[in-house]
Amino acid sequence: MDVSTDTANSAEIQSVLARYPDATEDQLITLLQEVQDACGYLSRDAILSIGRHIDMPASRIYGVATFYNQFRFYPLGRVHIQICRGTACHVKGSKAVLDTLQGELGVGANQTTRDGVFSFEELACIGACGLAPAIMVNGELRAKVTPESIPGLLKEYREKVEAV
Amino acid sequence: MSKKKHADGKPAAEPAEDKKMAEEKKTEEKKPESNPTVKVAEAPKAFENSMLVDGHVVTFEPGDTILTASLRTGIHIPTLCYLEGFSATGSCRFCVVEVEGRPALVPSCTYPAEPGLKVQTHSARVVEARRTIIGLLLADHPGDCLACVRSDSCRLQELAAELDVRQRRSYTARPHHELDTASPSIVRETSKCVLCGKCIRVCEDVQGVSAIGFIGRGAETIVGTVFNQGMNVSSCINCGQCTLVCPTGALHEQRDLTRVVAALRDPTKTVVVQHAPSVSVSIGELAGLPPGIDADGPMVTALRRLGFKYVFDTSFSADLTIMEEASEFVHRVSHGGILPMFTSCSPAWIKFVETFYPEFMHNLSTCKSPQAMMGAVIKTYWAKRMDIKPEDVFSVSIMPCTAKKFEAARPEMGRDGVRDVDAVLTTRELARLLKQHNLNLRDLEPTVPDSPFGERSTAGKIFGASGGVMEAALRTAYSMITGEEAKNLDFVEVRGLSGIKEYRINVAGIDVGVAVANSLSNARKILEQIKNGRSDLHFVEIMSCPGGCVGGGGQPLAPSRSDIKIRLDKLYDIDKSESANHRLSHLNQEVKKLYDEFLGTPLGPMSHELLHTHYHARPVAR
Repeated sequence: MDVSTDTANSAEIQSVLARYPDATEDQLITLLQEVQDACGYLSRDAILSIGRHIDMPASRIYGVATFYNQFRFYPLGRVHIQICRGTACHVKGSKAVLDTLQGELGVGANQTTRDGVFSFEELACIGACGLAPAIMVNGELRAKVTPESIPGLLKEYREKVEAV
Repeated sequence: MSKKKHADGKPAAEPAEDKKMAEEKKTEEKKPESNPTVKVAEAPKAFENSMLVDGHVVTFEPGDTILTASLRTGIHIPTLCYLEGFSATGSCRFCVVEVEGRPALVPSCTYPAEPGLKVQTHSARVVEARRTIIGLLLADHPGDCLACVRSDSCRLQELAAELDVRQRRSYTARPHHELDTASPSIVRETSKCVLCGKCIRVCEDVQGVSAIGFIGRGAETIVGTVFNQGMNVSSCINCGQCTLVCPTGALHEQRDLTRVVAALRDPTKTVVVQHAPSVSVSIGELAGLPPGIDADGPMVTALRRLGFKYVFDTSFSADLTIMEEASEFVHRVSHGGILPMFTSCSPAWIKFVETFYPEFMHNLSTCKSPQAMMGAVIKTYWAKRMDIKPEDVFSVSIMPCTAKKFEAARPEMGRDGVRDVDAVLTTRELARLLKQHNLNLRDLEPTVPDSPFGERSTAGKIFGASGGVMEAALRTAYSMITGEEAKNLDFVEVRGLSGIKEYRINVAGIDVGVAVANSLSNARKILEQIKNGRSDLHFVEIMSCPGGCVGGGGQPLAPSRSDIKIRLDKLYDIDKSESANHRLSHLNQEVKKLYDEFLGTPLGPMSHELLHTHYHARPVAR
């Protein structure tokens, strides 16, 4: 898994570590969670800093962090899209929606576009089977999405965030 | 199932859950009846510290598992992820056995030996389970066995054959197929990995490096470096211990045979070779000779037959190293230099200091290793003497080591864009080359290496053993300080396989504290002591691999501790067999001649330029 080389969050990382001056290996998960809460994701800098702090090899920390789904290694985009890949949505064509999304954005699941605007992830079932195929955009539900509707939808959200 | 139905014919008051519990209780009570052996208290006295394995009485000691006790008794249980001397992880389940009274098969590597256990190691159920495990491991294993570097030494292949698994039930490629060839020493083929974790354990426990670990989860798990980068930019120190324990071709040395063979066939190249002190006592194991044979003479003959024009002995340049290193030590002691001084022959150790302890770089002796010193004098003094351009000399070395491949590629080890050592072969690669040319060490008459770098003292020869560099240096330093030879040349205190050995010696009123460590987890202990203020040490020898170069990462695969001990003892046998004159580096006549004709004096300007080096901190992710 690729990990962001961004070092912009070093102050946030250090302030989390400062709260745990005597942390040991036993607190690894806590530290990973709190650093992710503070920074939104775990950068290389975060993993290496935690390793130095608790005197644990970075390879092992990376191993733990990649084991759990809860950790991400890139910041989320300003527009975060969650695409439902549950059974009902799949039957109604969510795979085609996913492929279009991937093609339009040029990044894969759990990645963020280089301009930082979009990121997307796949979810199992969001419980909106009657509205399949469904996606969530920044927490808003969008029902009955088609591959054809994706470009317009992306344009709409890009304009929204760029206007801010 | 509805409650009503379940309660049919029973008193209505008894709820189904209670009934279920009652049933469980019943079976629990039943257990001892069907399994009389678990009544430990009634076991005959003979079973107090013994159990029955396949009908044989096997005695055990505290801490034994079914596996360790059985193996010691000569009962064979096949293993895959088990690693002698390490705590068992029980991850591969290959060593499962049937224990009477236990419903499921148990892994014998983690199941403690208990009095009166009745164990079957090859029941129908056990064998079927092992066949299933192999079947599953083969299901996502690439089938390029013919082309695999481990085709004659693969544990997976061996086990499949042993269990007569001849057919693949399915093939699903693993989701990750990285081929990591970025390191000059070690190649990582994740598609061939069976996830036994042995490499991770030696990297962490033996070397204290942890360059690799498990990444990800489930079917996507791989063994890799932090951020899954190439080994070259990781904290890997290139020692190759992982390649010794890998059961498949997932981790192996970077092959340099092709380049060497091409050079041997190139008429414009003069191909010379040097061989390290420890290779002659291990190569025999790969050539059908019993362990503990010194195959030096036949190996030199074989190298000539392969087409190497000149064969030199790295033990010669080990003597040269001692001249420089002992001088440097005496100089540091008498001029208030930085102490303790650390030896610098082991390239993985050097990279370890550069990576993990850059603050100790000035403690490292500036001496190049024997390989690098030999490389430097071949491309300068010797090339000039032979009237060959340095770039037309192709210099090969045979090393017990994968890190030597890294060392030879360091930019410091050459001049004017010409490398001092052009290619490094491990002991294993040499064995392959011999096989390819049908050269059998048993049939070859011994010959001696070539002048001017062929003479060696046995002080140079014992460089291959942990403690050997220290002993050789002490012999020569004693002579340099006192002007006479030490009466007793045997510094037995620094010999042997122990991880850390310490010794105090008084030389002409100077109290010298020495320490010797092998494997880098032990080196780390000494470094931490020094960091925390320990100041009674003056000279410290570190070799990266267990037992020194005899246990090197380029040596025959999967050595046991006793294999390493046999090689180590052989080096001291060779030392013992020589007269005192041939046990001292400073009495090596060819070394003397090299100083007279070319180098001048130890630590002199020419030595400084060719035989000494410098180090860099390596800020890698770690």
